[in-house]
Amino acid sequence: MWGSDLMLDSVKNVSMADYELDEIDRKIVLATQAGLPLDAKPYHKVASEIGISTDEVMQRMQAMLSHGVIRRIGVVPNHYALGYKGNGMSVWDVPDDKIAELGEKIGALDNVSHCYHRPRHLPEWNYNLFAMVHGHDRDEVEQQVQQIAELLGDNDRGHTVLYSTRILKKTGLRLQDKQGK
Amino acid sequence: MNLVDKIDRKIINELQGGFPVCESPFAEVAEQLGITEDDLIARVKKLLDEGVLSRFGPMYHAERLGGGLTLVAMKIPEHEFDRVAEQVNAFPQVAHNYQRDHELNMWFVLATEKASEIDETLELIETRTGYKVYNMPKQQEFYVGLRFNA
Repeated sequence: MWGSDLMLDSVKNVSMADYELDEIDRKIVLATQAGLPLDAKPYHKVASEIGISTDEVMQRMQAMLSHGVIRRIGVVPNHYALGYKGNGMSVWDVPDDKIAELGEKIGALDNVSHCYHRPRHLPEWNYNLFAMVHGHDRDEVEQQVQQIAELLGDNDRGHTVLYSTRILKKTGLRLQDKQGK
Repeated sequence: MNLVDKIDRKIINELQGGFPVCESPFAEVAEQLGITEDDLIARVKKLLDEGVLSRFGPMYHAERLGGGLTLVAMKIPEHEFDRVAEQVNAFPQVAHNYQRDHELNMWFVLATEKASEIDETLELIETRTGYKVYNMPKQQEFYVGLRFNA
């Protein structure tokens, strides 16, 4: 039900140092990935569910936060319900040797949620830069796409916007319980 | 669609990150918002029940949990679309799947427990559906920081 919404995950600048999850961390992930209990003492609830102390739960979650294993703790709004009905995946063909510089610029724009460098698949797919653009309607999305095009100037060697016409599946990401709980 | 009042908006705007890790986190946030702990919990629950919020809790970083994650596109003829969608969706590793208005008309996110399972899952999808997959893993992630204003 509470599918973790990849579209909205924000990224923190944290050290890329590897954080090895042990069995207890794993239990915490399993107990919280669908959401935190709506209880005055949510971490206490998690702790008693998995049989460790509240302090340990908090310490470990704090560690996962600072290592970027947890991106953030909070609410994920349903953007459709908030009136963001225009959501377009804009895709761009830009020179590979400039993509890092251009990606940073586009990612920093208002209303661009995700910006990624992805591989081309020639000849069918010639785009290497993806930017998710959100607006209250398609006109607003188109205006923002126009803004990106202006920003890119000659580096925009072609672009298009793909709108979703149907949600076929939306379950969110889940770590599987190896014990088969 | 929903009656979202001023306080709800404040909750949505304030709580998109930074929910504290402490003994009584709701009490702490409620104080900042100038409401009671009980009211905050009740409102978050209501916003979840009404679908204004799609979730509340920690957002885990799939790759840092050791998992694999990629974006995949397929080009499916109209008359085959529903059958293939059903076959693709039947894979538990398929998290989100959208139909989009392009020649590449099916786009899904594949998330696997181990990074190494991505390739074998893609092969299975190709074999089962009879159509080619276009694997588009991210090669670089740029600043990702949109917050929705309620």
